[in-house]
Amino acid sequence: MTNLVEIRDLRVAFDGVPVLHGIDLDVARGEALGLVGESGCGKSVTWLAALGLLPGKASVSGRVTLEQTDLSGAPRDRLERVRGGRIAMIFQDPSSALNPVLKVGRQLVEALRLHRGLTGAAAKAEALRLMDLVGIPDARGRFTLYPHEFSGGQCQRIMIAMALAGEPDLLIADEPTTALDATIQAQILDLLARLRREMNMAMVFISHDLGAVAQVCERVCVMYAGRIVEEGTVSTLFDRPRHPYTRGLFDALPRLHGPRGALTPIPGTVPDPRNLPAGCAFAPRCNRAQGFCQRNRPDLLRQRDGRALACAYPLPEDDAAPDATAPRMTAHQEGCPT
Amino acid sequence: MTALLEARDLVRVYQGRKGLFGAAAPVRAVDGISLTVNAGETLGIVGESGSGKSTLGRMLLGVDPAQGGQVLFKGQPMPAAATPEWRALRADMQMVYQDPLAALDRRLTIAAQIREPLEIHRTGTAADRTARVAQLMESVGLRADQADRYPHELSGGQRQRVVIARALATSPDLLVCDEPVSALDVSIQAQVVNLLRDLQAREGLGMVFISHDLKVVRNLCDRVAVMYLGRIVEEGPSERLFADPQHPYTRALISSVPEPGRALDSRVILQGEPPNPARRPRGCAFHPRCSLATDVCRDQVPQLARVAPGQTAACHHCPVTPDVRAA
Repeated sequence: MTNLVEIRDLRVAFDGVPVLHGIDLDVARGEALGLVGESGCGKSVTWLAALGLLPGKASVSGRVTLEQTDLSGAPRDRLERVRGGRIAMIFQDPSSALNPVLKVGRQLVEALRLHRGLTGAAAKAEALRLMDLVGIPDARGRFTLYPHEFSGGQCQRIMIAMALAGEPDLLIADEPTTALDATIQAQILDLLARLRREMNMAMVFISHDLGAVAQVCERVCVMYAGRIVEEGTVSTLFDRPRHPYTRGLFDALPRLHGPRGALTPIPGTVPDPRNLPAGCAFAPRCNRAQGFCQRNRPDLLRQRDGRALACAYPLPEDDAAPDATAPRMTAHQEGCPT
Repeated sequence: MTALLEARDLVRVYQGRKGLFGAAAPVRAVDGISLTVNAGETLGIVGESGSGKSTLGRMLLGVDPAQGGQVLFKGQPMPAAATPEWRALRADMQMVYQDPLAALDRRLTIAAQIREPLEIHRTGTAADRTARVAQLMESVGLRADQADRYPHELSGGQRQRVVIARALATSPDLLVCDEPVSALDVSIQAQVVNLLRDLQAREGLGMVFISHDLKVVRNLCDRVAVMYLGRIVEEGPSERLFADPQHPYTRALISSVPEPGRALDSRVILQGEPPNPARRPRGCAFHPRCSLATDVCRDQVPQLARVAPGQTAACHHCPVTPDVRAA
C-alpha cells in the first residue's frame, strides 16, 4: 500500500508554546485511521496544521506530503486546491460550519462548482445525488431549505455531502458524532463506514470516544500532550494496550456489561503545555513510572507485534487485557535502567 | 416510608410557534411523568435531546413550574418557586449542571463560592462556615491551597468538583445532576463519577442523574427511567434494564452505544430521528421509528405496565407480567 499522506516531524507552537512535538504519521490509500486522546493532546491541531488551517500566530514546522505534492509551506492557491478537493474535513458542530443564511442546496452547488467545475442542472443533479447518498429523505423537497430547518444529525449529513462534493481521497472527520444523540451517532458512524467502503476513500477519524473509533477504524494512534504514545491496528491496541495511558483510558470507561463498581480514573490532569514534565509527559500520572521516566522521554519505537510504543515500562505483552486488574509493579520487581 | 421525592403526573407545556409569526404550537416537553426517588437512592434519567429530561430535572426542584401534576418533597407539596418557603427548602435540594464554568462566578475565589450557600441559609458562625468549606473541599478532592484560586485557574474536572462541593454545602438530601460529567474528558469523568459514588455511600444522598451517557448512568444509578418525547417509556433497576431492555426504544438506545470490541454490524441502528415535540405522532410517539409498530401503536398511547419485577415499559408489544407474581 502506498501512502496517501505522509507527515514528518510536524511541530506546532502557539505564541512560542509548543503544543505538537514532532508527529510522524502516514495515511495509506483507503485506510481508516483513528486519532484518540483527551482535549488538548493535539489530535485536531495535527490536521489543522497539515492543511494550513491554523491562525497566523501558530508557527508550524515539518513536512506534509500528499502523494507527490509538498503541502508544507505551499502557496495558498495550491493548498486551496487540496482542501475540500483531495482532502475534505468535517467538524464536530455541523450547524456552525454551514452558512445559516444560504439554502443548503446552494451551498452544495457552490462546493461542486469550486471543486468539480459543475454548474447549472448538472450541479443540481449531483447535489441531489449526494443528498440521497448521505441519507437525506426527500432530497428534492429539502433542497431549498435553510440549515436551521434540519436537525443536528441531518446537518451533519449535509456537511458530509459537501465534503464528498470534491470526491476527496481523504476525509478528515473531527469528532463528527460528539454533538449528536446516541441513536443518530450510530447512524452517522454507519454512514461514514459505508461511504468509505463504497468510495474507497481514506478517512482520519478524530475522537475521544474509543468505542466509536473501534467501530470505524482499522488503525489507531493514541496521543498525549502533543505526541503519539502508541500506534497500531485497532485489534492489537484495543485487545492488548501496552502504554499505561492507553490502558488507563480503557480502565476509566464505565461499561455497559459486567459488574458495576467504582471506576479506575487516571489520577491527576493533563499537563499544562507551558510547563511540561522534563521526562515522559505522562510520568506524573503513571502508576508504572520509575525514576527513569521522570528524567527521560521515551521514543516511539516499533515493537515485535507491529505496534509503535513510547514507554520505558510498558504493560507486559501477554498480560495486558483491559479486563484484568492493573498489575502492580514495584521498583523492587523491575530494575531501573539508569 | 415516605419517598424523598415524588412526582405525580407532571406536565410542562411550552408555547412554541410555527415560524416567526405563525400560529401558536404548544410543545408538551414533559407529558404526564410520575416517578419516585427514595432517600439515598439514585435515579437515572436518560433520553435524547428534546426528550424533556432537563425540563423534568428543573421541575423536580420546583425551578420550572408544573402546569399539571404535583411534586412532593418529603411528603409535602413543593412550594411555588421564589417564595420564602421554597428558598428555605433549597438548602435540602440542590442542582449540578453540565458546564461548571457557567455555573461559577469568575470573580469569586472558589472558597467564597462554596461558602455562599452557607451565608444565604445563615448556617453556623463564621468560624463554622470556614471549617465547613475546608471539609467540603477535602471531601470532593480539592487541595486546601486551591481555596484562593479563581475558576479560570482550575481544570474542568476541578471546577466541577467546586460546583459539587457548593451543592453539598448545606448537606442537601437531594441532588439533581444534569449532565454533570458530559463536558469532561474520559479520565477526569471517571474521577467525578467516583466522587459522586463516594458521596452516595457516605452522605446517603438521594440523586436524580440526568444524562445521555448510558454507560455512566448504568454505573452510577440504582434505577433508570428512559424518556422519549416527554414521557417515560421504560423504567427499572439499572442492572436489569441494561441487561434485558423491553421497550424497543431502550433496546435501540443501548445497542447504539459504541463499545470497543463490538462490530457495527451487530447493532440495532434506529432509522429516522426523534420527531419534533411540537408535532408528536399519534398513538405511541415512537411508532414511526419502531420495527414492531402495528395499527394499535398508530392509534393508542401505550401506558406503563409491569414487564418484570420492578420494571415497567410503555409498549403495546411488551409481554406484561401480572402483578400476582410480585417478587
